[in-house]
Amino acid sequence: MKQNSPSERLYNGIIKENPTFVLLLGMCPTLAITTSAVNGIGMGLTTTVILAASNLMISLLRNFIPDRVRMPAYIVVVASFVTIVQMLLQGFIPTLYSSLGIYIPLIVVNCIILGRAEAYASKNPPVASLFDGIGMGLGFTVSITCIGAVRELIGAGALFGHQIIPLADAAGKGGYQPVTIFVLAPGAFFVLAALSAIQNKFKIGAAKRGIDPSNSGSGCGGGCAACGNTMCSGKGGKES
Amino acid sequence: MKEMLLIIVSAALVNNVVLSQFLGLCAFLGVSKTTNTAAGMGGAVIFVITLSSFVTSLIYKFILVPLDLTYLQTIVFILIIAALVQFVEMFLKKNMTALYKALGVYLPLITTNCAVLGVALINVQKDYGILQGTVNGFATAVGFTISIVLMAGIREKIAYNNIPKSFQGFPIVLITAGLMAIAFFGFSGLI
Repeated sequence: MKQNSPSERLYNGIIKENPTFVLLLGMCPTLAITTSAVNGIGMGLTTTVILAASNLMISLLRNFIPDRVRMPAYIVVVASFVTIVQMLLQGFIPTLYSSLGIYIPLIVVNCIILGRAEAYASKNPPVASLFDGIGMGLGFTVSITCIGAVRELIGAGALFGHQIIPLADAAGKGGYQPVTIFVLAPGAFFVLAALSAIQNKFKIGAAKRGIDPSNSGSGCGGGCAACGNTMCSGKGGKES
Repeated sequence: MKEMLLIIVSAALVNNVVLSQFLGLCAFLGVSKTTNTAAGMGGAVIFVITLSSFVTSLIYKFILVPLDLTYLQTIVFILIIAALVQFVEMFLKKNMTALYKALGVYLPLITTNCAVLGVALINVQKDYGILQGTVNGFATAVGFTISIVLMAGIREKIAYNNIPKSFQGFPIVLITAGLMAIAFFGFSGLI
């Protein structure tokens, strides 16, 4: 696939540089709202819209924003889109709005968005940036929907709100006894731990077969540290 | 007084910012390798969150509400926090060199810490006044410090253990965090 073509960008975002599983970015929403698959899709699509819009806008403005104040400028662009989307959700999908709650405005500080703005949109033309945003957003959506589905299935025996496994009756007989801890806070940590352990397993296998793993640094929060570093450099630039 | 105590216990222990609300996870996972750095980060977070929750609730109450601009809260808050962190950094560098050296590297990292914005938004959501908001911010930050220092202590021990290959690094830290979250559920009986 040609570099920077729309399809290459989508593939890159969804598979190659999946923001959740490969880059380990945006952990807060990943863990907090994945109590069900529907919440995962809602959060993922909301983030996708904001990511695509802010990537497009930042790419269009990339020659006008002075280098020294680029971080504050990006934050304002992202925060504006977040506010718009928040109002739209409140007006048209109030149920999703109330179930995502405080995590909608917190999309502003999602590392994925500022990370893509800094790493891609500020250096590339608008169309490629738009598709980069869509690809990254869809990658994020797919992964958090997966996590949400696992948690919902184990924790409540349901999938997308439909009861898949019949639950046990009050006496605890005949059926599935849901493992409630998976929809509570600790379950989020366990599911993500299991998923990234599986991913590590594949990476180790790939390394043994002599294939260079694409991102061997499975550093904990490495992505976010990098994100923080870009913030640092941005601030440093502003200071000097 | 009783109300304040309730806010403190609830924010620091029962609704621990990292383990039950998942805010500030990046810093929690990234800067918890040794207890010293974790304590440093905790100190910086306490300082910044207390200050920022005071300033944001002040601005919310006296500028945004009278002008009917509450829908701009997200933009305003994030800019205040970014500016505040920058300002605190400059102030410390000039006037309190010792503290600046202790917190130095952690300060810029805090802007990306979603706990700071999260506390400001929670203060608005729960309709806290200026004093309550500041107390809530302080207690939340103390909760963050408690959990990150505990985590760092555990990780220092884990370093000597024999962990299955696929669980090394990120996964084992997450499992530890999950177990800590279960332990913190015990506090929910407090209020």
